[in-house]
Amino acid sequence: MTAPSTNTAKPATGIPALLKTAFTNALVALVLFSLMVGIRTEAGSSGQLTYWTRFGELASLVGVVFGGSIVIELFRQWIGPSGAERLVPPAVHSGMAFVGRFLAPALLIFALLVPVIFYDQRYILDLGILVLTYVMLGWGLNVVVGLAGLLDLGYVAFYAVGAYSYGLIATNFGWSFWVCLPLAGILAACWGVLLGFPVLRLRGDYLAIVTLAFGEIIRLVIINWQELTGGPNGVPGIPRPTLFGIPLDNSDDGLAAKLGIEYSSTHRIVFLFYLILALALLTNWVTIRLRRLPIGRAWEALREDEVACRALGINTTTTKLTAFATGAMFGGFAGAFFATRQGFISPESFTFQESALVLAIVVLGGMGSQLGVALAALTMIGGFELFRGLETYRMLVFGMAMVLIMIWRPRGLIGHRAPTVYLTKAQAISSDLVKEGHG
Amino acid sequence: MSGDKILSVDRLTMRFGGIVAVQDLSFAAERKKITALIGPNGAGKTTVFNCITGFYKPSGGAIRLTHDDGRVIALERLNDFRIAKQAKVARTFQNIRLFPGMTALENLMVAQHNALMRASGFTLLGLVGAPAYRDAEKRAIDLATDWLRRVNLLDRADDAAGNFAYGDQRRLEIARAMCTEPALLCLDEPAAGLNARESAALSELLLSIRDELGTSILLIEHDMSVVMEISDHIVVMDHGVKIAEGTPREIRDDPKVIAAYLGTDEDEAVAVMESGT
Repeated sequence: MTAPSTNTAKPATGIPALLKTAFTNALVALVLFSLMVGIRTEAGSSGQLTYWTRFGELASLVGVVFGGSIVIELFRQWIGPSGAERLVPPAVHSGMAFVGRFLAPALLIFALLVPVIFYDQRYILDLGILVLTYVMLGWGLNVVVGLAGLLDLGYVAFYAVGAYSYGLIATNFGWSFWVCLPLAGILAACWGVLLGFPVLRLRGDYLAIVTLAFGEIIRLVIINWQELTGGPNGVPGIPRPTLFGIPLDNSDDGLAAKLGIEYSSTHRIVFLFYLILALALLTNWVTIRLRRLPIGRAWEALREDEVACRALGINTTTTKLTAFATGAMFGGFAGAFFATRQGFISPESFTFQESALVLAIVVLGGMGSQLGVALAALTMIGGFELFRGLETYRMLVFGMAMVLIMIWRPRGLIGHRAPTVYLTKAQAISSDLVKEGHG
Repeated sequence: MSGDKILSVDRLTMRFGGIVAVQDLSFAAERKKITALIGPNGAGKTTVFNCITGFYKPSGGAIRLTHDDGRVIALERLNDFRIAKQAKVARTFQNIRLFPGMTALENLMVAQHNALMRASGFTLLGLVGAPAYRDAEKRAIDLATDWLRRVNLLDRADDAAGNFAYGDQRRLEIARAMCTEPALLCLDEPAAGLNARESAALSELLLSIRDELGTSILLIEHDMSVVMEISDHIVVMDHGVKIAEGTPREIRDDPKVIAAYLGTDEDEAVAVMESGT
């Protein structure tokens, strides 16, 4: 029970074993593709079924699989005996540890400089804002999923609550963004607590299903409550944010006029960039602080063992609810930002796809790791844009890249946990020991 | 028996559907003493434990905890975390339940959650870094360090608990329970899986908890050498009822206990019971 057994599953070596593996793979390919590729069916001219065989293509596919498995097997044996663990040579590992120490500050400095470097490139700035929005959402969900271990598939609900809170209050009452921002956070947190209550007794898969349903409920309510939310038409004309009352437009009392510089629409984009950067950093700062406070330790303890928590006198109900509320509050902030950036919100922006994307960011990043989540958001959102040139194959390539990353790092990009308190030396804890939580 | 009682269990009954796991069980644990609950497998010991520590709600009967200041708490009316928080009853588990992905020190810090929550102004003071909270955290680390020293794990304070050897995990779990500063410490088979040397160290630790800190201990144990050596009072259960109670010497000679443990073959039973002395 002490050392994880990495070398027990020793793969067979030698040419017979190699051929056996390749032959098995080829056989599987033959069974799979015989119907998919081997036989082609089509509706004939008078509606009858016509079919013809394509044994040539089938044979070449099976041949490719046979040859491919030999190459892959040889490659694996050449690199190391035990699959994923040894795919990366140790030299690269230690190099990465070195990079890891300076990665977070470097990323932060780079983020601060993005509007300076790419001032003329509107596309990059917009992409930066998008990435930072997902970084913030990822950090928010990380509190719930990564720290407290509660699998939440309906995170987009809080994003929607935040966005609609700001959108509706601003368009109906004309309140400023800076007043609405905390309000949106508080309202989303209330929804977090509301969601939390019924799901307190649920764990794991059951919790995931209920949170998924909750996300859909919010979206359906928004669609159907036409008098309040405008239904599918959304909320148009949401005010743009102001720099503490000074609008960023080309009017006479706008920021450009006051500073005596020429107006440019980029000013607003740069402002939005720094706004979301500040919000994301606030989320990060609060989460890092909370982790070192008793409540944060209780969240992590809850992920590790809920029964033990109860035996130590920890109120698991309030602990879970605060995790939901904290995560939801950051989701609400991000939602309010989204509304003010877009100027228009509709239910279409808050589908399950968004929840899944944010959850994927948290899982890919390495559950609980702040830096990992930031890297994962950059990879997922930035990477997705990178493959834009591939058009139809974009999703396919992106999916394959994700699968490869998860094979390479099964516990996420940052696969270790940093202790919150130490006596002599903070040692990173291997993710083999850290639990994922059971809901 | 005499002396003042910290825990008195009165006609405790626990049913699961049609099965009666514990029936009309009455016993008491004295303050600053070690009381052992023994019996063959399936006698209902762990069920009694779960009733006392709030993991089960008893079907009938009363469990009273009397604090040093005379405060009496009805444990059967409190549920799960309140028993540990308000009644100050701490427990360990038969199958160790540490937080494996957290360091030994973190495990002991989590145990002081309620005290630290109050000190951190329920997170708000802590979030702004109030000096009062920093002092409280320093004291909590001192208490944790003290316990790590007591259980001889100080040099491994910053290692993940999941990496510890079995015996070390057992001792860490006891240290964690003690960090809640309990009035009554309930140990579910603390010597299970320990070798002779580790068992001896465990006995020493439990005696020091009783003598130096004056914490009352209730334990379930199968290892007779430990039970006979450290217990002040022993309660024997079989099939959900109490069959005997008394000092280790009385229990060792009790024919009913011997019969319960090994059927009617008394010679063998005597051999088992005497192996403990």
